[in-house]
Parts: sequence; structure tokens; C-alpha cells
Amino acid sequence: MSAGTEKITLAKGLNLGLRKAMEDDPKVLLMGEDVGKLGGVFRITDGLQKDFGEDRVIDSPLAESGIVGTAVGMAMRGYRPVVEIQFDGFVYPAYDQIVCQVAKIHFRSKGRIKMPIVIRIPFGGGIGAVEHHSESPEAQFAHTPGLKVVACSNPVDGYWMIQQAIACDDPVIFLEPKRQYHADKAELDDSVTPEPLFTSRVVRPGSDATLLAYGPTVKTAMKAAEAASGEGRSLEVIDLRTLSPLDMGPVLDSVRRTGHAVVVHEAHVNLGMGAELAARITEECFYSLEAPVLRVGGFDTPYPASRIEEEWLPDLDRVLDAVDRSLSF
Amino acid sequence: MTDPAAPPPAFGPDLAEVFGPSQQDGGPELVQLLTPEGERVQHPEFDLDFSPEQLRGFYRDMVMVRRIDTESTALQRHGELGIWAQLLGQEAAQVGAGRALRPQDFVFPTYREHGVAWCRGLDPLKLLGLFRGVDHGDWDPEEVNFGLYTIVIGAQTLHATGYAMGMQRDGAVGTGDPDRDAAVIAHFGDGASSQGDVNEAFIFAASYNAPVVFFCQNNQWAISEPIERQTRIPLYQRALGFGFPGVRVDGNDVLATYAVTQAALQRARDGQGPTFVEAYTYRMGAHTTTDDPTRYRLSDDVESWKLKDPISRVEAYLRRNGLADADFFADVSAEADALGARLRDGVKALPDPQPLGIFEHVYAEQTEELRRQHDEFAAYLDSFEGSHA
Ligand SMILES: Cc1ncc(C[n+]2csc(CCOP(=O)(O)OP(=O)(O)O)c2C)c(N)n1
Repeated sequence: MSAGTEKITLAKGLNLGLRKAMEDDPKVLLMGEDVGKLGGVFRITDGLQKDFGEDRVIDSPLAESGIVGTAVGMAMRGYRPVVEIQFDGFVYPAYDQIVCQVAKIHFRSKGRIKMPIVIRIPFGGGIGAVEHHSESPEAQFAHTPGLKVVACSNPVDGYWMIQQAIACDDPVIFLEPKRQYHADKAELDDSVTPEPLFTSRVVRPGSDATLLAYGPTVKTAMKAAEAASGEGRSLEVIDLRTLSPLDMGPVLDSVRRTGHAVVVHEAHVNLGMGAELAARITEECFYSLEAPVLRVGGFDTPYPASRIEEEWLPDLDRVLDAVDRSLSF
Repeated sequence: MTDPAAPPPAFGPDLAEVFGPSQQDGGPELVQLLTPEGERVQHPEFDLDFSPEQLRGFYRDMVMVRRIDTESTALQRHGELGIWAQLLGQEAAQVGAGRALRPQDFVFPTYREHGVAWCRGLDPLKLLGLFRGVDHGDWDPEEVNFGLYTIVIGAQTLHATGYAMGMQRDGAVGTGDPDRDAAVIAHFGDGASSQGDVNEAFIFAASYNAPVVFFCQNNQWAISEPIERQTRIPLYQRALGFGFPGVRVDGNDVLATYAVTQAALQRARDGQGPTFVEAYTYRMGAHTTTDDPTRYRLSDDVESWKLKDPISRVEAYLRRNGLADADFFADVSAEADALGARLRDGVKALPDPQPLGIFEHVYAEQTEELRRQHDEFAAYLDSFEGSHA
């Protein structure tokens, strides 16, 4: 990419980031269903096979365990595979390879074998899809020692975070909010130094309550904060970016100031990321809290049929309602 | 109510028809170079000349491997090992395959490949750590080109295939240079052949023509489940459906196992893709030291397989042809005794893991959270030392 700035979508940011990583390191390989000629069903790998060849952008058989399991072998041979799971709901056939092999081989081998694998998963709902295309499985992976789990929320992060994940010697579950792929554009300045991968970030400062979000709900939280400001309420929004490890520093600083925390995610609330955040915040800033940590998320039901998904997904009103409850404690 | 022990309902060919009247001879397709009586026989496709030295080497390997097995079984009985996965009866399958490897080839084992490990030069004491519970396998796979044991059955066949795909990309296949061209061998059992991962590995390997040999020890049993519960056709015939050759070899015949595996590895190294080798053998002992095979199989079967013992047939051949004298057999026996003694002493000397070590190597790059848990646990442990003072 030429020096200077460019307006890009999240899809473009990821595509440029993958390209850069492949240029920088000949050991980086892409594997997955339809990632070659088609460029992936979301076109994230568009044009990469043309430029890097079929040996580096590998269209795989339709077998998720096979994709991840062969990536394990490639990593053992010194490669850095980046695999694409076509949709969140299809990661489960590979679940065993991810949690029993990818996550544990470094530990089991006493650090002799590294697993620098990135598993990219387009996740979350809101695209009107049929079942298995809108899920949020992040807690299942964040609960697994040995995996690192991150979620990007915007084009610039997409560009940097994918490169940082590929450079990381640990396996990274890389979650991409699919409904954001082609939604908003942002200015990418390739010359700035990015923040480290495993850090969370305040994306909107505020003083009355803290909203914690990641992936697709960052935008929801920002909209809620915008709407709240019209009513004279100042909400701070934190984009967690990393779910395992969690970067609690900015979260705790914020909650100590505001005394109110609301977590917003699309995944089911029961035993989700919100539960972990609530527990940690309670442990660390019990005396600063003016209200219990509240959670806004998907209901504890399977993801519904798409005609009613907008009701199921946490939206601006549900977030504002939770903020009201928190502030009126 | 159906009898749970009954074979699956007839749905296609009768099982006896498929497996032949005797399920124990492996059928006419079985590649054999040395009969159970120790007679050398020819095979049109897989014949090889073996030097007396090589034959004595096979014998020695198998005796040593059997000693590792019997000694470890005894150690488990004495409470020194938590569990042991026995290989009694499978020595020829493992030594034949293990000796067919070149240094640059790479092995992906299950949890029972003690004989292959021996051929890779891995100290058997290293294997015992896993079964004693002091580690998950404390050897460097890159140093001996022998991966860590895999407990989830079949998972390693995919790793093997991916590793083989990496070899292709490294230009280590089909160059014609015997010191460079490499292959991968993936071991698994007949039960594992039913797993999705094994079937996915076949598909990936065939699709990319990966240099991998799938080596299945059909020891007839997956814990209590007989081979008939895994397949309705002879296992080696499955390969054809995936688009690569399958061979059934007498797994109790170390010469045949060596010859067939060597040919399959060479095909892979030459860039001709995967082969499926079914080593037709029998698990003489229990599945592991926690298993009780008398609950599910007939002692008659075991007796008839004893007549096919992989070690005695090589011994018979060596003796009959004057290829080894009494001194040789005495030396091997003494060497096995010494190995047994070394394992007995060595296993007790394996250091127990340190509590704080559990936080190490979870990640290549340690997390702050684990560092905190480590420090808290360290302080907690220290508090006990203080109270004991
Ligand atoms: C995925 C999985 N399921 C179940 C088990 C428990 N288990 C361990 S060994 C075994 C039987 C395996 O039989 P086979 O593949 O024939 O190999 P063998 O042990 O006979 O050499 C089973 C069921 C396991 N380790 N992994």
C-alpha cells in the first residue's frame, strides 16, 4: 500500500493486513473453504491466491477438523497457518482439534512446539442469515487455557490486529464481526504505530457509567452513548479487543471513576464474557461500585430465525435501559 | 431386545463372507515373507533381501521392545506407573515400520508406539514419564523426529498430513536426493479408523498428494469392540475409496512389515502420495493395564495367535539357517535384562513435577493473569513452609 491514508472497510482492512503479513513472512499460509479463487464467501482473502499462489492460499476440502488439524501439522513444520472458518456455527466440527490439540500442544511439549495458528471466525448476527450463521462462540474458546481470543471492531483494528495475531507465537482465535465487514469506512494511516494486540481501549470517554463491548456491539454501545449524551448522560465506552487474556487495566480505571458498569455482548448471557467481567470488576473494585455490574446480551436461547433477530440482539434501547437501571440504584 | 453382543444386523454381505471363513489368517491378500513356522516365503511385489545382520537386528529390537513392555506392565502392577498401554504381540508391526524409516522421516504416534520409539532411538524411560504421570511426554520431537503421544484417537493423522504438506512446501519431496526426500508416517488403530479425523486425513492427503503413510495396526480390538464393529470390509480396501493404494501386511511378520512400509514410504518420498498400510496383527495382552479382556474375548483366540508370535518365528529362522549362535541369543537376553533393570531403577528416579511448573508453557508469551495466579499460589505454598518451621 502506498504511504498516506486511505478510506477502507473492515473487509478491506483485513485483506490488506493478510496481504502485508504474507509479504513480510513467506511462512504465512492461508487455508480454508473457498479462500482461493472466490476470495472467501465474505471476500476477505480476495486476490491473495492470484498473487501468492495455490501453495500459500489453499482451498481446502470441506472438513473443519481437517482444516485445523492439518494446520497443526503445518505449524509443527514451521509454518504460520491462518485458517478461515466460513461461519461461526461451523467451528464445532473443529472444536476438538482446537481445544485438545491447538490449545495444549505448547503446554504438553513443555514449550518445544509452538502453535502460531490464527483461526479466523466471522461471528455474530444481524445479517438475516439462516441458522448456524450468526453465533457468538467466544466464551467457549476464552474458557480454554492455551488459546488467546481477540475480536476486532473496526477497519483500522482489523488491519493491525490480524497482522499482530499472525506474528504472535500463541494460537489466536480471531473474531471478526461479520455484519461490520462492509458497513463503515475508516481512514487507515499505515505509518502510525499500532497499539499492542492484547490491550483494551477507551473509544469514547465519559464519566457517568462504563459500557464494555467488543466486536459488533462496540458500534451499538457507541450509538447508545451518543443517544445518552443527548439526555445529558456521559457514558464511557471501552472496546475490549482482547477477550483472553482480558486487559482489565482500562476497565478497572474506568469503573473506579464511574462506579457503574454495563457489559454488552451478543453471546448468551449465561456464563458468557459478561459473567467473567462482572466477577473481576466485583473482585477488584467492590468499594467503587454504586450498582451491580449489569449484562446486556443475547437471551439464553438458540439464535432465533432471522425475522426476529433484531429483537434478540442487544440494541441501543436495551443498553440504555440497563444504563438507567444501573444509574438508578 | 437384541443381544448387545450380536453382530450388526445383516445389511449387505454376510460378515463371514467378507472376512473369510477364518478371521485370523488375514486372507489371501496378506503380504507375508516369513511364515509363523519361520519359513521364508516369496512375494511377487514386496520381496527384499535381508542380510543376516539385519535379521539379527530385528530380533534384538523385538526382544528389547517386548522387555520394555513386560517391565512396564510389572512397574504398573507395583504402583510405579498409573497405567500402561501394552504392545505385546505388536512388536513386529512396530519394529518393521520403525526400521523402514529414514532419519529425515517424521513419526506421528498414538499412545502405544513404544516399538517405533525404540527404533527412533528414544530412551524408553522418556515414555514412562507420561504413564507415571510426571509429564505429558518429555522428549523433543524435532530431535528424534518422533511426535508426542496422542491420546485422542485419530487426531494425529491430521497433524501428520499437515506436516507432510509442509514437507511438500519445503521442497523435501520428489527431488531424487535420498538424503533429502522425506515422508511422514501416522500410526493409529482399527478403532481409530472409524473416527472422522482419520477419514478427513485420508481426504486431505489424497487431495494434496501428501507424502504420508497411514499405518494402521489392526490388532482386532478397540478395547472391547471387535473389528467387525468398525468395518464391514477388510480395512485396507477402504483406501481405494479415498483414491490411494491400500495394502494388508502380516503385522506379526517383521520382514513383510518392513518391506511394505519401506515401499510405501518410498512412494511418498518420491512424490507419489499417500498409502494405507494395514498391519494385520493381534493384541495379545489387555488394552491397557486397567482392562480385563476375559470379559469380551475367547482365550482360544489368544491361544491361536500365540502360535504366530512375531519373535519366535524370527528366532526359528535364525536358528534353522545358522544365522545366529547361542552367544548371540544369550547376549540379547542379557541386554534385555540390563534394560529392564535400568527401567526399574530409572522410573523411580523420575522427578515429580513441581507445583509452580503448571503455570509454565501454557502460552509462548505468558499472560499477566497467569503470572498473578503463579505468584499467589507461590505465596500460598510458602505460607505452609512457614507454618512447618
Ligand atoms: C476420541 C476418543 N474416544 C475414546 C477414547 C478412549 N479410548 C482410548 S483407546 C480406545 C480404543 C482404541 O482402539 P484402536 O484405535 O483399535 O487402537 P488400539 O488401542 O487397539 O491400538 C478408546 C475407545 C479416546 N482416547 N479418544
